[in-house]
Amino acid sequence: MRTAFIAVFVRDLRLALRRRVEALLPIVFFVVAVSLFPLGVGPEAQTLRQIAAGVVWVCALLATMLSVASMYTSDHADGSLEQMMLSGRPGTVIAAAKAAAHWTVTGAPLVVTAPLIGLLLDMSRPALVTLVLSLLLGTPILSLLGGVGAALTLGLRSAGVLLILLIVPLTIPALIFGAGAVSATESGIAVGGYFSLLGALLILTALTAPLATAFALHIALE
Amino acid sequence: MPTAVSAPITRTHELPTLATVDLSCRRGNRILFTGLNLEVRSGQATWLRGRNGRGKTSLLRLTAGLSVPEAGQVLWDGAPVRRSASFQRALVFIGHANALKDDLSVTESLQFLARMHDRDSRIGALHAALERVGMASRRDAMVRTLSQGQRRRVALARLALERRAALWILDEPYDALDTDGIARVNGLLREHLGRGGSAMLTSHQHPGADAPAMIEFDLDTLD
Repeated sequence: MRTAFIAVFVRDLRLALRRRVEALLPIVFFVVAVSLFPLGVGPEAQTLRQIAAGVVWVCALLATMLSVASMYTSDHADGSLEQMMLSGRPGTVIAAAKAAAHWTVTGAPLVVTAPLIGLLLDMSRPALVTLVLSLLLGTPILSLLGGVGAALTLGLRSAGVLLILLIVPLTIPALIFGAGAVSATESGIAVGGYFSLLGALLILTALTAPLATAFALHIALE
Repeated sequence: MPTAVSAPITRTHELPTLATVDLSCRRGNRILFTGLNLEVRSGQATWLRGRNGRGKTSLLRLTAGLSVPEAGQVLWDGAPVRRSASFQRALVFIGHANALKDDLSVTESLQFLARMHDRDSRIGALHAALERVGMASRRDAMVRTLSQGQRRRVALARLALERRAALWILDEPYDALDTDGIARVNGLLREHLGRGGSAMLTSHQHPGADAPAMIEFDLDTLD
């Protein structure tokens, strides 16, 4: 199982490094989208601080959805997915490896970039720390759920639209708890509860999403 | 004619039989075939023939366990293929698509497939396999730079990694190959059958005079 996980993970990372423009698109979208808000709503620090948590989290979510749609399309088109599913390795391992690679390429850069973006929106230092931690817990959830959506919509027309309709509602709890944690920090409220909920969501998603993804991939190949 | 460059071939125990029992296949609203009974035994190669749209590829996908039949079963050593771990270990399936990534090198692509299928993925073995299919000189080339025929050779290089009896299911293996490529594939097939392996393949073109003896199964003769 470990061999298969590492093989898929390393391959996807290697491909992302060789398709840098494609790999950078979500992070560029994230930075541009967040940067537009001070221009759109005005530069008042008080206003920006109020909306910062929600803005960063929504943009992170949309940036992830931008890249998740293509998680399996290339492999499906060139026959690689068929080979992976015929290899005798559990589909859950393949799904987990693909989600892990997606997070490494898309989610991790969002987490690293978030403090810079937070400064743009005049967030306080404690809020920045909370933002980074909430994204660290939340972005893997987005990648895992995105994988489910990508597998369910594989090969369908209008797959992108369907994926948004299917998966974005499922990401709302992560969005609420993640943004809520940052708002709570700004308000001086304890954030332990938010992190516990995010952590529980991550565990639940990590246990169920690869299974659902594997099942959807088998159906897509039939 | 290529010379064999390979480690000693192990004659393993007799491979189980692949059998279809009253197999029926639907694609969309069409029933492609019904009541298909077919066996592929150890040491045998079966050449599936039939006109376009007759269900050759669908049959291969059913036997590989990639799709679910409308009726009937596909059995490996008496057990349904989709629930047989030994079937998955023995199976080498090469479909129409080559399963190669444009942004990986030839060696990287082959290594990934070898690792996924738990075959020898050491660089020496991969290079020897590429030598067998005449692609040694392009082993570091990116897949995107290869012609269609060269990509097909790389995809088929997996066959040269096999040392044990296995079940090969090959969809149009000769597609895009020149006479040298076809000869190389037939050489691999001959060795494979000699060590007790079995094979089922489709081909619109005749496998060639140097192909090993095959049982022809024409889907056009089915009702």
